[in-house]
Amino acid sequence: MAKEKKGVRLDHISKIYKDPKTGKDFYAVKDANLEIEPGSFVTLLGPSGCGKTTTLRMIAGFESPDEGEIYLGNEPINALTPNKRDTAMVFQSYALLPHYNIFDNVAYGLKLRKMDKNVIKKKVTDILALVGLEGMENRMTNQLSGGQQQRVALARALVIEPGVLLFDEPLSNLDAKLRVSMRTEIRRIQQEAGITAIYVTHDQSEAMAISDKVIIMNKGNVEQISTPQEAYYYPNNKFVADFIGEANFLKGKVKAQDVVEINGSDVKCATGSMQAGAECNVVLRPEGASLSDKGSIKGKVMYSCFMGAYQDYHVLIGDTLVKIQEYNPKNSKIYKVGDEAFLNFEDNTLYAL
Amino acid sequence: MAKSQSASLDRKKLMGDPIMVTTIVLLIVFLTVFILYPLAILLVDSFINESGVTLSTFKRVMDLANFRRAITNTLKVGFVVGIASALIGLLFAYVEVYVKLRTKFMEGLFKVVSMLPVVSPPFVLSLSMIMLFGKAGIITRFLLKIYDNSVYGFWGITIVQTLTFFPVCYMMLKGLLKNIDPSLEEAARDMGASRSKVFMTVTLPLILPGLGNAFLVTFIESIADFANPMIIGGSYDTLATTIYLQITGAYDKQGAAAMAVILLAITLLMFVVQKYYLERKSTATLSGKASRERMLITDKSVTIPLSIICSALALFVIIMYICVPFGAMFKTWGYDFHLTFKWFKQVFVKYKGFKAFKDSFILSLISAPITALLSMIISYLVVKRKFKGKGFIEAVSMLAMAVPGTVLGIGYIRGFSGGLFGSGFLQGLYGTGAILVIVFVVRSLPTGTRSGISALRQIDKSIEESAYDMGADSFKVFMTVTLPLIKDSFLSGFVTSFVRSITAISAIILLVTPSYLLITVQINEFAEKGSYGIACAFASILILITYGSVLLMNFIIKHFGTSRRIKTED
Repeated sequence: MAKEKKGVRLDHISKIYKDPKTGKDFYAVKDANLEIEPGSFVTLLGPSGCGKTTTLRMIAGFESPDEGEIYLGNEPINALTPNKRDTAMVFQSYALLPHYNIFDNVAYGLKLRKMDKNVIKKKVTDILALVGLEGMENRMTNQLSGGQQQRVALARALVIEPGVLLFDEPLSNLDAKLRVSMRTEIRRIQQEAGITAIYVTHDQSEAMAISDKVIIMNKGNVEQISTPQEAYYYPNNKFVADFIGEANFLKGKVKAQDVVEINGSDVKCATGSMQAGAECNVVLRPEGASLSDKGSIKGKVMYSCFMGAYQDYHVLIGDTLVKIQEYNPKNSKIYKVGDEAFLNFEDNTLYAL
Repeated sequence: MAKSQSASLDRKKLMGDPIMVTTIVLLIVFLTVFILYPLAILLVDSFINESGVTLSTFKRVMDLANFRRAITNTLKVGFVVGIASALIGLLFAYVEVYVKLRTKFMEGLFKVVSMLPVVSPPFVLSLSMIMLFGKAGIITRFLLKIYDNSVYGFWGITIVQTLTFFPVCYMMLKGLLKNIDPSLEEAARDMGASRSKVFMTVTLPLILPGLGNAFLVTFIESIADFANPMIIGGSYDTLATTIYLQITGAYDKQGAAAMAVILLAITLLMFVVQKYYLERKSTATLSGKASRERMLITDKSVTIPLSIICSALALFVIIMYICVPFGAMFKTWGYDFHLTFKWFKQVFVKYKGFKAFKDSFILSLISAPITALLSMIISYLVVKRKFKGKGFIEAVSMLAMAVPGTVLGIGYIRGFSGGLFGSGFLQGLYGTGAILVIVFVVRSLPTGTRSGISALRQIDKSIEESAYDMGADSFKVFMTVTLPLIKDSFLSGFVTSFVRSITAISAIILLVTPSYLLITVQINEFAEKGSYGIACAFASILILITYGSVLLMNFIIKHFGTSRRIKTED
């Protein structure tokens, strides 16, 4: 549907803001280098204040970078105003024009492009069908539910066939259930339209569900660019490990390639390029271990709670409290608070940092 | 760290938007030439003479006994009027927000009071004050049989100004009281405080900054007021009238300029305190929203006295207004109460009334859309855009609020009678209708801008961004998104500026030439001469025009305004 899929490249992009309290300058985004492939769905993910929205707004043109250059396709776009950039944004607050009906909202961008009336009518009708709003052309925006307004905002951005589609936390105003169904919908529509999409969210499950690639940011820095799977299994650092899913960090020492000593016992653990003798943090996901009466690392159960799908344990190992979730607890032994138990790791679950 | 790249990019982006750049440049030129320049000329005039920079002009005017008296007079009146207006305003606001008086009659009274300051021409109350309490006053002469009562002077001005300005305080304080969370007061009651204790220890401290704010706003209005002291001041001169007489009577332009600088210094100082200290403080303490509806006071020992006081005050004000059309219809006020149309006839036949109404009407009608559009553009730029010079635009258009009309008038005389800087450039402007229109615009700009800014602050920034993002340039965004969304504010700005212009006098009276007859100038002239019948006839028609415009505006907003379409279908 899009006339041409465009990639986006951020070349050493920084943005400096002044802290209103201290009056000091600080980096809202620092030296970001991103390469977003044409047609891919990429998510900027991070806690609030990490610079993800600033990055998106720089791509849209609402903010100007202080260092570096942004390219849309092969064209540098730093000096272009938002109306001259081949991007379209879906806003967090939807930002529908309240004095127009649905048709006029969606047709707004087309009219600016001075298209023929009949062409506009056909395009608007088609796009409303794509987002599931057939026949709603004459409604006013305040007669729609939040989810419907979101679809109008999406239709309005899609209909001008932008090179890149930008999403600024578009689902954060919807209730939890609708959020899940809308994200699937957005992914479907993006694939059907075959359009490049950059999506901002602080919700990691949303990011995992929707993206080809995630860009994880923290305090203005890009921490990791990878597929959601890589970010989960092979985080670059403690921040990423902690932010994506839940993580336990066990102190350890590299003994040899892929062998780490934890609390006096040697376990199998991916060590990457770490040298023997190096101190390390071993990342353990709660679902990556189970409790049994025999095994390598001994601990004491401090908390045990039945959650339905899993049994939730906190186990004290040395001086570290480790969270374990044992799935299908019906088939295994349930440990009580105060019991001693051994941790057993499934293959390929430990990763040293 | 250097922010230079983003600054230069922002500049580039701005330059890529020629309409926007042109608008900003034109605005800055307009504000500089028509607000800053005339004021600067006053400074130059009063500080510089043939021998260079000097204080001799100031020394000369300060040596004038009548000028020194005028300063104390003005401050005294301003102080008393400020306090009285704030207190009466507080009484009305408190009764409206806290006391259960839900009769149709009371509601009507309060509504009328809140509308008066919008539609009232400046000297109406002075006229009726004279007609009710003066030598031939109905109340003094016929009811009380006092034959030599003098309303002229301090008390005349003070009473008239208080009645003119307290409705403004009432509206300001009403907004503040409504923002007090009732549970604060309920908590105090719950802990055992009596109602009066709650008022003294909770309500009053909370609105104290707001009360100070109301006092200062009235104070500024009072010392800048020209019309009332002119008519009812008698020999009691205030700064505004003294400056006027200095230039029209003594032809002392330098002296008048120096006096104007002193008056401006006083109002500016008050304005700065009000704007940057009290206004901020009063909104900061009361930013909370009322959590739920307030339990109104139903206790008869409270409601009955309060409602009697308020009704009496409101009725008194209303009688004063009704007095004006009657003044225009009695054969001889105070002596012969036969109804007649001779004054109206004289207005139109003998005194070119038709031309006066036409001139006033047309000039105001030209300036109203200019003001409304200009103030919407300024508000849009101030609230929604980032650029260098934005602070300048905002500050100067707000500054105009603190400039008394008389000061502006003197500034225009000194600044434009010989062209810009005496060079002859733009000299053609002086004495034309165009300069009158410009004065109307400058005088109404701050009110329009203020209402535009508060309307725009309520619109989510991303609505305009989305239009911008879809490919609309700044001009398109303003025309297709911003303006339609603040249509109501635009309309009310239009009507307010029309009404303000058609009732304006202080600056205009210094600049008008015989080729233009303006209603307000006529009223002033006839009231000065003691021809109250004719003055009342002019004033009655003027009230009809202003009241009609406000009614028309409310009708249009109700039936064609945006807010109705957007809000009621919610």
